[in-house]
Amino acid sequence: MASIRLERLTKRFGKVVAVNNLSLEVRDGEFIALLGPSGCGKTTTLLMIAGIYRPTEGKIYFDDVLVNDVAPKDRYVGLVFQSYALYPHMRVYDNIAFPLRLAKVPRKEIDRKVHEVAKLTKIEELLDRMPGQLSGGQQQRVALCRALVKEPEILLLDEPLSNLDARLRIETRAEIKRLQRELGITSILVTHDQVEALTMSERVAVMHQGVLQQYGPPDELYDRPRNLFVASFIGDPPMNLIPVEFKETNGKPSLVADGFVLPLGEAWGKVLGQMDQGKFTLGIRPEDVRLSTEKEENALLGEVFLTEPLGGGTLVHFRFGEISFRALASREIKVEVGDKLWIVPDQEKMHLFTSDGLSVREVGRQDAHQG
Amino acid sequence: MNRKKERRYVAPSTWTRIVRRASRGVPYILLALSSLPILSMYLWLLMSSLSSKVLFGFIPAEFTARNWRFLWEPIQMGAAAHLSVWKATWNTLIFAVSVMLIVVLVATLAGFALSRMQFRGRESIMRLIILLHAFPGITLLIAIFYVLYFLTRATHIKFLDSLWGVALVKASLEIPWSAWIIKGFFDNIPWEVEWSAYIDGCNRFQAWYKVILPQLKPGIAAISIFSFLAGWGEFIYLYTFIFSEQNQTLSLLIKALIGEFRFTDYGLLAAVSLFYIVPVLIFFIFTQKGLMRVTVGGIKGGR
Repeated sequence: MASIRLERLTKRFGKVVAVNNLSLEVRDGEFIALLGPSGCGKTTTLLMIAGIYRPTEGKIYFDDVLVNDVAPKDRYVGLVFQSYALYPHMRVYDNIAFPLRLAKVPRKEIDRKVHEVAKLTKIEELLDRMPGQLSGGQQQRVALCRALVKEPEILLLDEPLSNLDARLRIETRAEIKRLQRELGITSILVTHDQVEALTMSERVAVMHQGVLQQYGPPDELYDRPRNLFVASFIGDPPMNLIPVEFKETNGKPSLVADGFVLPLGEAWGKVLGQMDQGKFTLGIRPEDVRLSTEKEENALLGEVFLTEPLGGGTLVHFRFGEISFRALASREIKVEVGDKLWIVPDQEKMHLFTSDGLSVREVGRQDAHQG
Repeated sequence: MNRKKERRYVAPSTWTRIVRRASRGVPYILLALSSLPILSMYLWLLMSSLSSKVLFGFIPAEFTARNWRFLWEPIQMGAAAHLSVWKATWNTLIFAVSVMLIVVLVATLAGFALSRMQFRGRESIMRLIILLHAFPGITLLIAIFYVLYFLTRATHIKFLDSLWGVALVKASLEIPWSAWIIKGFFDNIPWEVEWSAYIDGCNRFQAWYKVILPQLKPGIAAISIFSFLAGWGEFIYLYTFIFSEQNQTLSLLIKALIGEFRFTDYGLLAAVSLFYIVPVLIFFIFTQKGLMRVTVGGIKGGR
């Protein structure tokens, strides 16, 4: 096991900046995820950690040792690729035994270890097959075995679940998490699937266009997104994001857009009143909204445009001019298209972002630091 | 919906069925007829090599082994003696194997570069390769002669009238197409597989030898076979650039047998020609499995 530290890591391919000034720390034995849309530089980061790509700038430390110039074979990493990358000309057994043979482990020892790891992932009966004869899920397990058999210090997983069908994905998710816990290997999971990242890892690093957006535990990303990108990327159904203006309306501080007026509570009114700008983006998660038939304070009236039953609740769509707004209604409330309902956002769980896309909470914190 | 019974199903009559069944044989008859000339060529070879006299071109009249005497004694034609058939076979083998070795070595490296490396002009080189393959080789004869001549003058190494000098020429014409095939095999090996090898503990050489090479095997087998056969059957370059009888290959020997003035021993010619074909057939029987793989599409499926 090892800790990992990335310092101002940058990778350029020609003019394209794949990873930009990335600093990140992974504690010994921790399971973290690199999360982002495709092309955000997360796989490039992983390949730099594995030693396949050489960073253009910046440093990579394992256990406080600079490993920039250490060859992949001496980094003691196990890597599972999205495509599994099994050796097609070798039996499953030989695939798994390959790293051990290269390390000149005695034959008996190899045999013992291969069977041990195959048992762990329940593929013992497949050892004599060729990779081409296996299903996707089985190949995935073989790839995992091959990565684990050499008892790596660091386990790198590049979209290991995305080629599996939905049910198998959920099973394997739990399986990998269990294995990681049992073996206590420092692990990095690369994924574009937020559910995967949030459920499996202890901390999540959200990346966008090569830049780290936010790094923290799943709850923190969900409850306190630092910027507009994280807010829009995390959460399903996604957060409502509405461009608004901060104005006095009917004698109350309010957020105003075309056909949309939301009176603000005292706390927000105070915070926004101190800011030197009036244009914001309002973010409210559909589940942080209560729907009511009675008029309430700090609420706005909307007409139901569309309903989507989700089983556990109903996703209710409203329209205000160009703006569409989603709210999650509990099962008890019966909602019909055309109903007029009061939308009551939980003001404490509301997010406001400045025109730079930064969360207002974050701006306040930075000001506090500077002051 | 009151269209009931407007349409009726009609079963074909017995007569129609007979005609249809009979007409199924027509394609076979046509194909058999059209391949008859090709078959009769080989039949002619076999028959005339085994008889001293043939009727109507291919009906043997008198069986004899005399036409095959070249196997144990020198070929005598009037006053001139030809090169021994065994020496010519040896020359052919040397030529074909040299072509094969050069092609495999260069095409594998070229295929690697074309598939794995990014460099300026890569696309145009690949386009040029296809064009090169479509080029009739005979147009280059004089130019190649000059090249070989000046190479000989410059280096004092014999490029003209030497088997491996011509092998170099033949190989260079086979390489583009072979490199193209090998490139396809490289394209089929994902980067991730190579990277896995490095992470699993390979150095560059081990990754090449243990992971990449085994997956190229069918491709290398294919270009070996094709280039060997191309070398074995080569005529025009050898005919142009080989002058001394000692360096004759089987194809040149056969040409010499035909070219004998006034009189050609057709029985002998047929026997030598058959002798020339047999190794190819044997070679093909042993390697056809490898050849079939190429059309199947390389390594897909993992075996």
